[in-house]
Amino acid sequence: MSERSSASPPVVGPLADVQPEPGVEKPDPILVAHNVRRSFGGLTAVDVAHLEIQRGIITGLIGPNGAGKTTFFNLMTGFDRPDRGEWRFNDESLAGMPSYKVARKGMVRTFQLTKTLARMPVIENMKLAATEQTGERFLVSLIPPLWRAQEQAIEDRADELLKRFQLHDKREDFAGTLSGGQRKLLEMARALMVEPELVMLDEPMAGVNPALVQSLLQHVKGLRDEGRTVVFVEHDMDVVMDISDWVVCMAEGRIIAEGTPESIGNNPAVIDAYLGARHDEPEQEATA
Amino acid sequence: MRSLATLVLGVLLVVAALGAGGALAEDDNAEDGGEAIRGTLTAEGEPVPGVTIVAFDADGNEVGAGQSDDQGEWRIPMPGPGEYSATLDEATLPDDVELRDPERGTLEFSLRTGQERTLLFPLGEDERVLARFLPRASQALLNGIIFGLIIAMAAIGLSLVFGTTGLVNFAHGELVTFGAVMAFFINVAAGPGSLLWAAPVAVIGGAALGAGLERGLWRPLRDRKTGLIQLLVISIGLSLLLRNLIQLFYGGRSRPYLDYAVQQALQFGWVRITPRDLIVVVASLIVLSSVGVLLLKTRLGKAMRAVSDNRDLAESSGIDVKQVILIIWLMGGGLAALGGVFLGVVENVSYLMGFRLLLLMFAGVILGGLGTAFGAMVGSMVVGIVTEMSTLWFSTELKFVWALAIMALVLLLRPQGILGVKERIG
Amino acid sequence: MDFERILIDGLRAAVGPEAVIYALAAIGLNMHFGYTGLLNFGQAGFMLVGAYGVSITVVTFGGSMWLGILVGLLAAAFLALLLGIPTLRLRADYLAIVTIAAAEILRFVFRSSAANPVTRGVFGQQQFADAFYAINPIPEGAYGFWLISFGSHRRLWVIVVGWGLVLLCCLLVWALVRSPWGRVLKSIREDEDAARSLGKNVFSYKMQSLVLGGAIGSLGGMVLVIFQQQNHPDIWLPLVTFYAYTILILGGPARVFGPVAGSVIFWFLLSSFDTFLRQARATGVVPPELLGTEALGAIRLATVGLALMLLMAFRPQGIFGHRREMQLDV
Repeated sequence: MSERSSASPPVVGPLADVQPEPGVEKPDPILVAHNVRRSFGGLTAVDVAHLEIQRGIITGLIGPNGAGKTTFFNLMTGFDRPDRGEWRFNDESLAGMPSYKVARKGMVRTFQLTKTLARMPVIENMKLAATEQTGERFLVSLIPPLWRAQEQAIEDRADELLKRFQLHDKREDFAGTLSGGQRKLLEMARALMVEPELVMLDEPMAGVNPALVQSLLQHVKGLRDEGRTVVFVEHDMDVVMDISDWVVCMAEGRIIAEGTPESIGNNPAVIDAYLGARHDEPEQEATA
Repeated sequence: MRSLATLVLGVLLVVAALGAGGALAEDDNAEDGGEAIRGTLTAEGEPVPGVTIVAFDADGNEVGAGQSDDQGEWRIPMPGPGEYSATLDEATLPDDVELRDPERGTLEFSLRTGQERTLLFPLGEDERVLARFLPRASQALLNGIIFGLIIAMAAIGLSLVFGTTGLVNFAHGELVTFGAVMAFFINVAAGPGSLLWAAPVAVIGGAALGAGLERGLWRPLRDRKTGLIQLLVISIGLSLLLRNLIQLFYGGRSRPYLDYAVQQALQFGWVRITPRDLIVVVASLIVLSSVGVLLLKTRLGKAMRAVSDNRDLAESSGIDVKQVILIIWLMGGGLAALGGVFLGVVENVSYLMGFRLLLLMFAGVILGGLGTAFGAMVGSMVVGIVTEMSTLWFSTELKFVWALAIMALVLLLRPQGILGVKERIG
Repeated sequence: MDFERILIDGLRAAVGPEAVIYALAAIGLNMHFGYTGLLNFGQAGFMLVGAYGVSITVVTFGGSMWLGILVGLLAAAFLALLLGIPTLRLRADYLAIVTIAAAEILRFVFRSSAANPVTRGVFGQQQFADAFYAINPIPEGAYGFWLISFGSHRRLWVIVVGWGLVLLCCLLVWALVRSPWGRVLKSIREDEDAARSLGKNVFSYKMQSLVLGGAIGSLGGMVLVIFQQQNHPDIWLPLVTFYAYTILILGGPARVFGPVAGSVIFWFLLSSFDTFLRQARATGVVPPELLGTEALGAIRLATVGLALMLLMAFRPQGIFGHRREMQLDV
């Protein structure tokens, strides 16, 4: 898996002059977190002093087990509330905003344990995710002529995405019958139905058949190439080095290092954090 | 709708046992072979004539009415055996007479075939206003503690089972009933004095039933990967099944044990307690502290708490989770059965007693934090005390409402309960 | 043993008001549990407020019964809001406990003597549905068809209006669940965090579902008391909700006509079973002293409990459902 794909090399341009140090300012941040802290019964899970996510690139978020990566995702996307701190998406504060509104703002996440809607067909999973559907309003839903045209447009878009993600022949299957890798693909495709600016992928490769990993990686790069920003949590360093344009490393809730993939690989703080840590095991924290 | 009526009967019965038990006196001297109710109305030793009393069946249909004569006597022929209520029409009372206890204006009772039953409507000045507040409060507190101890004992199993398996067991109340009824049958068969050894036998029976359900039902279902919500609904079916099987053998009536039925209360300062209630309190305290010691000090207890905290972690650290869960069922079933016997001693034995207790157990368990044994104890004590103390200010008919309302409030403000630890989401 | 009698009694209940009432209750629960995954165990409470909306409006305040129906529906919607605001954020099992507790609180309060001036407490309320029977166009007499007895013209009138109501509710549910609105509900049932992550206001949809299903359930409560011309707090025991769940699982959750089929089958089985037991007693197959009225009721309820267990364990998708769908249960 160390084979590098030459199709789309890392985008270093905008960050070429940025110093590889924790909390560094970036030219065009889409997401800025400041002093965000979350503890569970005395244990500090996340304590991020400052972090900026650059627009239009792929940022890899790494760190040993229990570093607080998933909790950080939960906090940013409104699935958990921090004890204190503020964070801004496109220069708009998201503090206290419920998760569904965060998604509507254009920051969409996936889950480490895929959350496909098992007893709904793949196509319905996709159509659900489209935003601003008039037919989702109670009274309007009773009069199909009011939403049928939009429904058709959504379906066309969903079919296109399914083709792109090689899921089109599974269109009518229940999502629960898909394989682990297919579910990851479905979740990613479904997230795109929201038309997000920022996609947060929580371990998109976890539990995926190795044969599918390359295809998944290409899809992640595809997101960037069509102008979206990607943040992803990953344990496999080869994968991180392969597709990240910028890497952020967390340990014990803090940002301990960030920089280009090359600089991170040699960073002593990162090596320290990983020493003795069993980074090959999937993280337990998100199963609660 | 007949089935509804059947259950209505049962519930009326329980409420009758709770609310009006003291005001009912039995009399089997049927004059004309037909069922009837009668009584004599007196206030300050004088008969009260011209007062209307109306009888209703369990569905609330009027089945008869009567008026007290010059001797204050009244009699209403009834249509047959069953569950009824009778209400004294307060509007027909003379101006200077009122019900001594305004809540005793309606009495609920059951009639056997051919039974003629005497009902007492105590008249005169309201005693409750006369009694001083502090003594009444102390008595209510004591009653609340007794009730709370019983709920706590019964609820430990409910909480631990939830903690270890995630099952919200709506059939837990039937373990309580099972214990009480089993002790009742032994007590009746072996005669007076046998309750002392009938109780431990019932505890063994309850433990066996709990373990049997775990081995025969819940474990196989878990092994089949049955979802938790499915399990919850199954437990409701099981509750219906067990409750009505018990009713089939025990009957719909509410009856006391042969032993300790009537006792002279002992007076300690402001509070009165019967020796049987005293025994219940002491025995409950001993049992509950033993459970506490077991959980805190023994290997088994530590294993139980470990499984309850984090099942996967416990399993990977070498604890035999299945074994621990089985022991929890044994213990929970036995404790529930003992709680049932005590509840039967303090009140009466009926096939609905456990189901009626169920929501209060849930309230206690949720108050204390689902899944913890000590939480269940603390929460249950709160529920018991709130239930009884509320009667100082509010109608006894509503005493369960306050406990349930507090549970709802706690869920709103602190879903993890009083002693529970906030769970991590995500 | 008179098998025709058993069949006749079963059919009478299967098309009768009981089946109508419980079909409505179960359609409401289907909205909650089948489509949204809400474990509402307080359906009896919604039925109670619907029924008392009618009886209190007429008996206590002397209003019109039609106004009472409106009051009942509004009361059910209000109860849903009151119950939903604190509880819809809770886990499914907590929701079950709180809703059953809320229904019991309502029953205790409505039967208390403090509520006597309004609800007449344990006396119940009677004769409030004359307006309904006054517009009965069916000529006086007894009606039936083949082995199916509809009873008097009054009972037939309840049956006709009742099944009409059931059909309307089914139509409403059908239209809703095939729309994008229904799609959001199903996504919440499957995984509410996923729905949230895709920008759906989960709380709002759960609330809409709770209000709608509660209102449909309250219609069931109204049909019951209008049919019986009397209302009493102890009609609305938790058992009513348990019956409705059994019916829902029997017919198959998340199927538009599941609750209807479930209710018809449930009441057919329950009534014919009842008659069967009575005949077993009458013909001496079972000694009468072993099978009193009380025992009959107990056997009946125990059987319902057993059926609910077996259904949920072995056919949670209902007797018509596809195994495939439920195997995906997570």
